[in-house]
Amino acid sequence: MSVAKPLPHDAAALHVTGRARYVDDIPAPRGTLSLAFGLSDTAHGRIVQLDLDAVRAAPGVVDVFTAADLPHANDVSPAAHDEPLLADGTVHYVGQPIFCVVADSHLAARRAARRAVVAIEPLPAILTIDEALAADSRFEDGPLTWTKGDVDAALSHAPHILEGRIEMGGQEHFYLEGQAAFALPQENGDMLVHASSQHPTEIQHKVAEALGLPMHGVRVEVRRMGGGFGGKESQGNALAVACAIAAMRTGRPCRMRYDRDDDMTITGKRHDFRIDYRVGYDDAGRMLAVDFTQYTRCGWAQDLSLAIADRAMLHADSSYHLTDARITSHRLKTNTQSATAYRGFGGPQGMLAMERVVDQIAHALGRDPLEVRRANFYAAEGAPGYPQTTPYHMAVEDFVLDRIVDELVESSGYHARRAAIAEWNATNPLLKKGIALTPVKFGISFTLTHLNQAGALVHVYQDGSIAMNHGGTEMGQGLFQKVAQVAAQGFGVPVETVRITATDTAKVPNTSATAASSGSDLNGMAVKAACDTIRDRMAAHLASEHQADPASVRFAEGMVHVGGESMTFAEAAWRCYTARVSLSATGFYKTPGIEWDRIRGTGRPFFYFAYGAAVTEVVIDTLSGENRILRTDILHDAGASLNPALDIGQVEGGYVQGAGWLTTEELVWDDKGRLRTHAPSTYKIPACSDRPPVFNVALWSQGHNRSDTIYRSKAVGEPPFMLGISALLALSDAVAACGPAYPALDAPATPERVLMAVIRQRDSGG
Amino acid sequence: MGIRFLLNGEPQDVTAPPTVTLLDWLRETRGLTGTKEGCNEGDCGACTVMVTDAHGARALNACILFLPQLDGKAVRTVEGIAAPDGALHPVQQAMVDHHGSQCGFCTPGFIVSMATAHLNGRTDHDDQLAGNLCRCTGYAPIVRAAEAAASAPVPDWLRDTAPEAGDPPGVHRFTRADDLAEWYAANPSATLVAGATDVGLWVTKGLRDLAPVAFIAGVEDLRGVNITDTRILIGATTPMTEVMEALAPLHPDYAEMIRRYGSVQVRNAATIGGNIANGSPIGDNPPALIALGATLHLRQGDDFRELPLEDFFLDYGRQDRRPGEFVEGISFARQPDRLRCFKLSKRFDQDISAVCGAFNITVEAGRVTAARIAFGGMAGTPKRARAVEAAITGQPWEIETIDAAWDAWETDFQPLSDMRASAAYRLEAARNMLTRCFLEDMGAETRVLKVAP
Repeated sequence: MSVAKPLPHDAAALHVTGRARYVDDIPAPRGTLSLAFGLSDTAHGRIVQLDLDAVRAAPGVVDVFTAADLPHANDVSPAAHDEPLLADGTVHYVGQPIFCVVADSHLAARRAARRAVVAIEPLPAILTIDEALAADSRFEDGPLTWTKGDVDAALSHAPHILEGRIEMGGQEHFYLEGQAAFALPQENGDMLVHASSQHPTEIQHKVAEALGLPMHGVRVEVRRMGGGFGGKESQGNALAVACAIAAMRTGRPCRMRYDRDDDMTITGKRHDFRIDYRVGYDDAGRMLAVDFTQYTRCGWAQDLSLAIADRAMLHADSSYHLTDARITSHRLKTNTQSATAYRGFGGPQGMLAMERVVDQIAHALGRDPLEVRRANFYAAEGAPGYPQTTPYHMAVEDFVLDRIVDELVESSGYHARRAAIAEWNATNPLLKKGIALTPVKFGISFTLTHLNQAGALVHVYQDGSIAMNHGGTEMGQGLFQKVAQVAAQGFGVPVETVRITATDTAKVPNTSATAASSGSDLNGMAVKAACDTIRDRMAAHLASEHQADPASVRFAEGMVHVGGESMTFAEAAWRCYTARVSLSATGFYKTPGIEWDRIRGTGRPFFYFAYGAAVTEVVIDTLSGENRILRTDILHDAGASLNPALDIGQVEGGYVQGAGWLTTEELVWDDKGRLRTHAPSTYKIPACSDRPPVFNVALWSQGHNRSDTIYRSKAVGEPPFMLGISALLALSDAVAACGPAYPALDAPATPERVLMAVIRQRDSGG
Repeated sequence: MGIRFLLNGEPQDVTAPPTVTLLDWLRETRGLTGTKEGCNEGDCGACTVMVTDAHGARALNACILFLPQLDGKAVRTVEGIAAPDGALHPVQQAMVDHHGSQCGFCTPGFIVSMATAHLNGRTDHDDQLAGNLCRCTGYAPIVRAAEAAASAPVPDWLRDTAPEAGDPPGVHRFTRADDLAEWYAANPSATLVAGATDVGLWVTKGLRDLAPVAFIAGVEDLRGVNITDTRILIGATTPMTEVMEALAPLHPDYAEMIRRYGSVQVRNAATIGGNIANGSPIGDNPPALIALGATLHLRQGDDFRELPLEDFFLDYGRQDRRPGEFVEGISFARQPDRLRCFKLSKRFDQDISAVCGAFNITVEAGRVTAARIAFGGMAGTPKRARAVEAAITGQPWEIETIDAAWDAWETDFQPLSDMRASAAYRLEAARNMLTRCFLEDMGAETRVLKVAP
């Protein structure tokens, strides 16, 4: 069996020796040029002067171009055609590219860009949620509302009502490899683009539009990214298009990478949210009705914001059954970076608000939040009421959190530790500990249904070696290795027999972004289909040679067994080749059974749900607000894991990234709309010592996907990110030890926010 | 003869402008692309290289390391960590075995940091790796790999011997304070570069031309910590790593603060003189040194002078330093250790302080007999809390005294709000630091970092 083996990442040996090649590592042909953008310093305004003479005269500069020089579409938007590559008369945020410099080195281009004389006449800038609401500045006509049941009636009958607000910050992706692209002009006007992108087909599409070519004139290759996390789903378009245009204008290869400060200033981040809630519940903490109003700053262009805000709504239930629910979503247009995809794609924000609600109910009732969570869980198969439906009217048929949480409570010693913490807190006036267990239920599928498709191309060569290609991209998640294991499994060969090749729009066309955790599900199935096709052809031929039944031909452990004869896979391949059997096939897969009406908020948007739960214990300092995670226990459902080692890596890394979002990672804009945290010196992702010193992570041993996925595995890219929510609620629990009120701790819980919450908490005690 | 150094065991002789960084040279001139650019400011560690000289092997950030700083040293990049025959170094093998790489972009930097720590026998992995950011793994598998490799023998191919320095044309590189003093007095507009952890950013981010530049890290007679019965004198070019090691037995809280200052790579390059001379209001050394009553030693040509450190900082961005004058060192009296340092930041490791407070409060018979309190992050300069000092001096060392000093804080400080913290938080947290001092004296445990899981 190749699947289910904990094999290392396919490029691990290349990573550790520095031989893994990223876009900016590709040896440049002679004459290669480098690009840099000149950026807006104003959040909103009209460009009244753009004097680029000094830029053109700067050392090493070969070309400079603006919007006026673009031959075709001035658009790098993934969706709404509202995002020009270069500002066309008006600037909409601080950091918007205005012009592009092409020079003989990266440094020369950066230096030259700073010589521009740009005068911008300011227009009123909308920076905050409140300003956007006041100006009715939004995407789509008005707020989107989904309803289940009769919320107002249910609220009016509820024994208890509680309301509140949570504010949560955005998040910078901080992929270690910044955005990068490299365009090489080909004969006949064609263009080859290497991009650090999760979405090569979109790069191909946008480059083709910009050059006025059919898509067949552009080939995009992606070997790997140095991290993506959603930040390379659409944000790489600008670099690739700029390089292609510069390459066309100069006839020379052109490359571009953002300096880190530029990267953080120009590109979009996770959406920040404000979520207001009103909930009715009974004495047991069961929610009877919930009314959520979500507000998010989408930034200046639409990008993927509608789908992201939808997914926030789709996860407003977290893991809990609601008979009556209303979810309203405001997608606000602001003069800030265009917020974009980031691991979880709105799901974490929607889920966090619900976890806050449940936590606050428990506090109001004086109960352990875990009890309240369990009281509200969806019914599992066999339980009364099964299957229950989500606020968007989808039946939850695969609920397993009751079992996962039971196991985790046991393995983590939750109850004993909660008691020990209460005791510890009673004797420690200055330091307070807290603990929280939070669940994750995350819907798997693109909510834009047509994206749930994938293609693959598999070749078996006459020596028995196998080359595999599919539409998914490798950003560190181990997709290539998992899919190679699928291919090896299909032919019964060791995984080393399978060569993984770079994602290439000329090999597999019309691919979806590697996003929505879908990489293995979609591409694994497509590769399996291709392998099955070839294997069936081989089996048919070999069976005919032996007058055997094709179904009796076995491919296992590098051998092929047919009619009492055994041969190596290589020999089988040779025999098939010489018998003129086609040893190359495409594969295709589309997720079955999903349909979705996003305006009405009804349907079955997801093929299945991925589950997990985490217990986090923290300690806070009530004099400074400093805080730290002491221990984390996680049990996560990866279904029947394709590769437990890689899946554990996603869980550990996802948790730490999620905890970072809610603790140390703070984006700060000033009142001019300038992002003040635009480098790692000011924006703090978790460092080595921030990981939990005790970190017990396991995949759920009973994991098995009820839906027919690739070898019954489950998607694992995004779901573990939301395990980090337990860190914020553990901090809230620690703050709660300082006084009688509910802390209502907002995120990120920096030392400052924690200290201010402690002070409020102490004041609440009188 | 240009800049001479070993690169992965091979002798180099390079002529280049003095502010070309090692990272750019490796990637663009030599085509050695294993070393990555992650941030170009020394905060992510993706460009970590190992540099060996007479002081040993240490990890440094290549993105803010100018080529002349390598003259007479040996450099190893990720390409030079495996054996010449390609066999993996134990940390490389362990990283494969323990799934320590995902996207792989930070991995070369981690490998070099890990190999350097391994060579130096260091097993304090969290500290050794604090300067290497990873966004994928959550660090757990990386630390597992470091632990797994710890007991393996150090491969002999990593032990480099530094070559003789060259004599690169146009590069001003000094090894004696007298030569520096003479040259700098004659070239007062020059930029002095010691570790380049600050000046490096003027080049990589500010895109400034610095000429002329003087490289002073090699001024050996200004390097080191001299401890006598009465005095501690720290030479200006002493890297923070050495300051930390020397002060740990004497003023452990100062050393603990330095442990969180920058990262291994930064502390290996950054000098105490640079941290003082750049006059930053958020440098972490000045508050501690002011609280210790330190004296700054300055030199201009043959003219030497001393002044209390707090008097050096005149205003934001303005120091009492004359043209051509440089920091020679800093000294303070041997004293019973009463120093408490509190460094507040969003992240514990490698983060610039929002507030850094240093307290040196002498208590005799239950009464405060002397107090020196200084802060960074609370004003345009590192600054003493003179009103607070006055409010508690002569008073009983008890909570009522601290409460009575409440208003004095606002006399001393009117901090700003910025991306690191609000003014209100800064003031509140600063006040609470005095409470913390008192409670620690009473034996209370007040630090989250000391709480065992």
